[in-house]
Amino acid sequence: MAEAVLPDQPLIAGHKTPAQISAEISAPLGQRPNRTWWLLLAISGSALGLGLLAIGYELFTGIGTWGLNRTVGWGFDITNFVFWVGIGHAGTLISAVLFIFRQSWRTSLNRAAEAMTLFAVMCAGIFPLIHMGRPWLAYWMFPYPNVRGSLWINFRSPLVWDFFAISTYFTISAVFWFVGLIPDLATLRDRTAPGLRQRIYSFLSLGWDGSYRTWHRYEAVYLLLAGLATPLVVSVHTIVSTDFATAVLPGWHTTILPPYFVCGAIFSGMSMVLALMLVTRGALGLRDYIQQRHIDAMSWFILGTSGVVLLAYVTELFTAFYTGNPYEAFVFKNRALGPLGWSYWIMVCCNGLVPQLLWFRGVRHRPAAVFAVTIAVNIGMWFERFVIIVTSLHRDFLPSSWASYQPTLIEGLTMLGTFGLFFTAFLIFCRLVPVIAIAEVKQAVVAEQGGAAGGH
Amino acid sequence: MSQRVLLASFGSAGDLLGAARDLRQRGLPLLNAYTPHPIHGLEDLLAWRGSRLPLVGLVCGACGVALMLWFQHWTSAVNWRINVGGRPWNSSLSFLCVTFEVMVLFAGLGTVLAFLIRSRLWPGRSPALAVPGATDDRYVLLVGQQDAAFDVIEVGRWLQPYTPLELSERELEAV
Repeated sequence: MAEAVLPDQPLIAGHKTPAQISAEISAPLGQRPNRTWWLLLAISGSALGLGLLAIGYELFTGIGTWGLNRTVGWGFDITNFVFWVGIGHAGTLISAVLFIFRQSWRTSLNRAAEAMTLFAVMCAGIFPLIHMGRPWLAYWMFPYPNVRGSLWINFRSPLVWDFFAISTYFTISAVFWFVGLIPDLATLRDRTAPGLRQRIYSFLSLGWDGSYRTWHRYEAVYLLLAGLATPLVVSVHTIVSTDFATAVLPGWHTTILPPYFVCGAIFSGMSMVLALMLVTRGALGLRDYIQQRHIDAMSWFILGTSGVVLLAYVTELFTAFYTGNPYEAFVFKNRALGPLGWSYWIMVCCNGLVPQLLWFRGVRHRPAAVFAVTIAVNIGMWFERFVIIVTSLHRDFLPSSWASYQPTLIEGLTMLGTFGLFFTAFLIFCRLVPVIAIAEVKQAVVAEQGGAAGGH
Repeated sequence: MSQRVLLASFGSAGDLLGAARDLRQRGLPLLNAYTPHPIHGLEDLLAWRGSRLPLVGLVCGACGVALMLWFQHWTSAVNWRINVGGRPWNSSLSFLCVTFEVMVLFAGLGTVLAFLIRSRLWPGRSPALAVPGATDDRYVLLVGQQDAAFDVIEVGRWLQPYTPLELSERELEAV
């Protein structure tokens, strides 16, 4: 544990010079992609294609192609929506929250984590969109003067809040990511031989020349965006949780949902970042940049948030029985011991028990073991949303309307398709822009080596 | 009107900071620097005050708040009232969520836009690089030459401890 916090371990291994940092991080961009990359792209691209086929079929045929029924009106779609939004939140946590807390180790991770945020929010957005049934009318969510009255949207509805939260989150994340990318695009522009690639970098780098006047303003803007993104990320998942918490449904109607959702989001997102970075650092040869200390730090995050999530499970159970409300108590008994009880126990094991392995140094120092834990957490967190949504719905107040829920192939393929979209986008991202923020790593390394006296 | 400047480039952030501190103590005007990354402490040596861009963020955010509070009130309580579960026409507490999101959106976009305009950054603009490598590993300092008494050779001698890689004189268009 101690080695993660001792200051004598360098942030980046190997005492690198600024020139070395630019060269090493941008090296993969200049090379032709290897066979593994093409293979992964083929797999994820196929998954994406299958998903598009499923969505196309669903659009032409209707929502009836899903396994939803009168009782269970939300199933795979909203489960996946909440899952993907949660995955995205780790990116903002690493880029904004850790920036405000001056955690300089974040510089090795923030670019990739922010990209993941964007891709995950895209995946998330697909589900409510296609669940509308007529996604070409999705603009009805926007309050514009229309010929129906004007009939305005209902600003008291959490689903409208969600529309505003997710669109703002995507926009601000994209802007934050792009602002962070400008200096690195300029570095690439000046390193790349003239040609199409260089012209694209040149166009996108907005004529950045490293002037300190610009840097001076840039730092102020970056800090401000981080300060805005921090409450934003909390608000987004809080609002996602109000989609449930404001409904008068036992199992949903609880005040614990917002903090529980936000923490769960960070938990699953951190696991996804860690899983992807373990693969990326090996594939792109960036082990000097993403070191054991990064794995350790993220492991502590996963352990901590796992503890909070576990506490939330226990609190929910306790509250359900303590209130003496028979409907509330029934929902929780049904969750753990009912027909879908297996999903509850997958959730508890993967989110509460498996992460405890990260306490052991022997586990943290084996990338394969850490990878396995992060995958388990993602499975567990997916099931958490499934449990919250489906087990609360399928046995409601009237036993005559009780039903079960069986996802169809179309739903399965749609979910597979979003994984395909996420990984395809990530693979392309790795080839187009540096996966590590070059300028930020240089700044952190220079400050650490004492080059900038009076640093932090 | 153009100004003559001395351009000194260094190989490390430490050298740049040392040189800037030295020249500042000798009373020379430091105009600007070109660096591959921000260096903490340099803005103090250049004697710049803090950026006013956060103020733009504040104003844009406040506009977002005002706009959304008014708009939600107008649509829900004035233009077309709909009774939703008996809630008040102006359900101000429910309106806070959207108000907050729009505040963040306006503040974020407004600040970034102001930053790009103020720093004159736009797509396709060709950069005016001080020296090749200023976005990689070169740290450049611009020293203003106030009068004819400016002695380039003397300043060059002062800079020797910081191993300048390049010293040159340039004409700079006054900003």
